[in-house]
Amino acid sequence: MNQDWINALLGGVIIGISVSLMLLWNGRVTGISGIINGALSPVKGDTGWRVLFIVGLFLGGLTLRALNPNVFSGTLPTETWTTVAAGLLVGFGTILGSGCTSGHGVCGISRLSPRSIVATVVFILAGVVAVAAFRKLGVFL
Amino acid sequence: MKNGLAALVVGFVFAIGLGISGMTQPQKVVGFLDVFGNWDPSLIFVMVGGIIVHFVTYKLIRKRKSPLLSTEWHVPTKKEITPALVTGSLLFGIGWGLGGFCPGPAVTSLASFESKPFIFVLSMLAGMFLFRLVDKKLNIKK
Repeated sequence: MNQDWINALLGGVIIGISVSLMLLWNGRVTGISGIINGALSPVKGDTGWRVLFIVGLFLGGLTLRALNPNVFSGTLPTETWTTVAAGLLVGFGTILGSGCTSGHGVCGISRLSPRSIVATVVFILAGVVAVAAFRKLGVFL
Repeated sequence: MKNGLAALVVGFVFAIGLGISGMTQPQKVVGFLDVFGNWDPSLIFVMVGGIIVHFVTYKLIRKRKSPLLSTEWHVPTKKEITPALVTGSLLFGIGWGLGGFCPGPAVTSLASFESKPFIFVLSMLAGMFLFRLVDKKLNIKK
């Protein structure tokens, strides 16, 4: 196993621990698209934890940056419009599809939810086809 | 309040996991999806690691009557495979391949203070609002 695989596995285990804590403490699934979307339409008593979760992610990001700024390397050599289009697709798609990599890919598959298994297969396959197509079209400069 | 602090800790730990795993590097994500090109399969182990841990902890935790800081469970129970689920996941996958970001890593990467994560997150929020507009008119998420 090379170092990248070990890091990926270790990071995955840490993510598994964090989503387990969310379930144990708050009884919730750690679906990040859903948490963000819920924070956009404030409901009394159901907004604070969402905002604090997002703050936690950001604080984690700041800590990573202080320890090793290379974790944020590897920016894609693409034009700005692609970032805008990607964000729109991810925002729209995750809400229509009720989840993203965290909610479906980790939490949902772990409890063997058929919806999450289907969603994860679909978004990975779509990503694979999309990357092949974008490469061919010269989107990645 | 306690639920908020719990969520803060979970978000923090989650972000650390993302950073260690390589998920905050868009080129790595695109490399993971580039099966027909220069494929870098390493990120599959992020899911493998997360699922191995949570598969076990999920069963253990759900043996409890209720969570520690809440009176009830809020875990989704829906089972139907709907057109919305499939179409939404399809669109998400295309966007993931195009930008190399999914929601968690994008928010975490705001801490890099670079422009791309900011543009991505703002566009993602716009996409979520756009969904509401479309759904209100056409009721696409049944």
